[in-house]
Amino acid sequence: MSKCLETMFNEILFRNPVIPASGTFGFGREYEAFYDLERLGGLCTKGLTLEPRVGNKGIRLWETPAGLMNSIGLENPGIDAFIKNEWPHLKDINTVTIINVGGKDEDSYLKAIEKLNLVDAQLIELNISCPNVKSGGMAYGIKAATAGEITKKVVEISKHPIMVKLSPNGDAISDIALACEAAGAKGISLINTLQGMAIDYKKKSAVFNNLYAGLSGPAVKPIALRMTHQVCQTVTIPVMAMGGISTWEDALEFIMAGATCIQMGTMNFNNPLAPIEVIEGLENYCQKEGLSNISEIRGII
Amino acid sequence: MAIIQSNDCLIPLIYKMSVDFTGAVLPGQFFMLRAWDKDPLLSRPISVHDYEAGQLTFLYQVVGKGTEILSQLKSGDNVEIQGPYGNGFPEINGDLCVVGGGIGVAPLHYLVKKYKENNPWGTCRVYLGFRENSYGVEAYESMADEVILDIGGIITNKLKVNPNEVVMTCGPEMLMAAVAKMVPLENKVYVSMEAHMACGIGACLGCTCETKSGNKKVCKDGPVFLREEVFYE
Repeated sequence: MSKCLETMFNEILFRNPVIPASGTFGFGREYEAFYDLERLGGLCTKGLTLEPRVGNKGIRLWETPAGLMNSIGLENPGIDAFIKNEWPHLKDINTVTIINVGGKDEDSYLKAIEKLNLVDAQLIELNISCPNVKSGGMAYGIKAATAGEITKKVVEISKHPIMVKLSPNGDAISDIALACEAAGAKGISLINTLQGMAIDYKKKSAVFNNLYAGLSGPAVKPIALRMTHQVCQTVTIPVMAMGGISTWEDALEFIMAGATCIQMGTMNFNNPLAPIEVIEGLENYCQKEGLSNISEIRGII
Repeated sequence: MAIIQSNDCLIPLIYKMSVDFTGAVLPGQFFMLRAWDKDPLLSRPISVHDYEAGQLTFLYQVVGKGTEILSQLKSGDNVEIQGPYGNGFPEINGDLCVVGGGIGVAPLHYLVKKYKENNPWGTCRVYLGFRENSYGVEAYESMADEVILDIGGIITNKLKVNPNEVVMTCGPEMLMAAVAKMVPLENKVYVSMEAHMACGIGACLGCTCETKSGNKKVCKDGPVFLREEVFYE
């Protein structure tokens, strides 16, 4: 197999830079019916919290033009059940598994991270940007100071490298990224969903019980691309970019903007094979352009 | 990709589409359909109305952009179908009573047909409720032992369940809740739930349904649940 897509993200080798995003890929099992997960650069688990969460009530999904709003509310089995039921399966898949961790306060983040010290993962994605939980991580993620503080505390106790997932809903995103880098993060991922709102005029009520929800999908791509570019111009740690990536051309644009890896989320729902098609498209592009590695065009913009 | 054999309008906004397909399909299962690129973004979960080797049929209502596009497809056109997904209605040995309301009647045709194939001596009674116009009723008259029709009223007002019947229902949640409430606890009742779905395969947790034993995914754990799992309060 060609090595033209092999990518180093810090000290982690990815066979290609394409990773299904947290919350769109469960713990991988559902997609095994469609393709061999070892073809992926990596995969990112559903966001985990210390305690199990049942998630939000009411409508959780709402389509918008070329977009999708969601208000799942971090439904997950909790760290202990994950380690017991999902990790034994995930750890044997030969791809980079990224564990996404959220929290409601400092204590719950730190306890979750401590528990994950017992497994041998390669990378933790610290979710400080979920817009759908009232007391949730986004409270940390929208201010550079608090983002830096929680990152620092997590980095201190985690045996795993920490990549911080940023919110597009707060302070200038490059300031937040810079604070996370200064706090010891080994990578940045962005963007989480954009906070939006939907109203059902027929029912004369808000669609979501939480009033606001997260928007993702092709509709948000230009914003995600701009933020990726800004952050890549600012920090020296690698960036894993996402936000509306649906084709290999989109992925390439994010890499040209400086992203080291890319994640694909909402598109998994549109086309379960989307990540594989992006990998194949990027491979063809490298061959056609005579690139020995995709890194040759990284950050050219 | 599947090739469309026919796509006919039965009454305004109600369509019946048959496509080429051969595979194992259970009553109550659904497919994710799409015939567009990224707008709408998601596929549409549509239940199986009928199946025989080489022909899969959907009965659907036009409610938005996706189903509008589906309704405009012609025979010979391609439609992407992913599935079958979901658990489907279970096979039973006793008598069957089905209760359908509105477009919720869609999966009941294949259910009744398979029941009669598997239980030639079993009795099958069918209750169908529609708001204004009925559709597809004749097909039941040739398969079922009794068809009770209601247009414009409340179908559950007519519902009387025999002691040896298993009840299976699909329709608006209010209808299924009424069925769940009025059928004696001695009779088993299965309900087919509906929810907004993104993936259809259990990954997004968008279609979660609260049950007695915690959250369940309508797409993967359902759409068919036992009455006491869903209507437990």
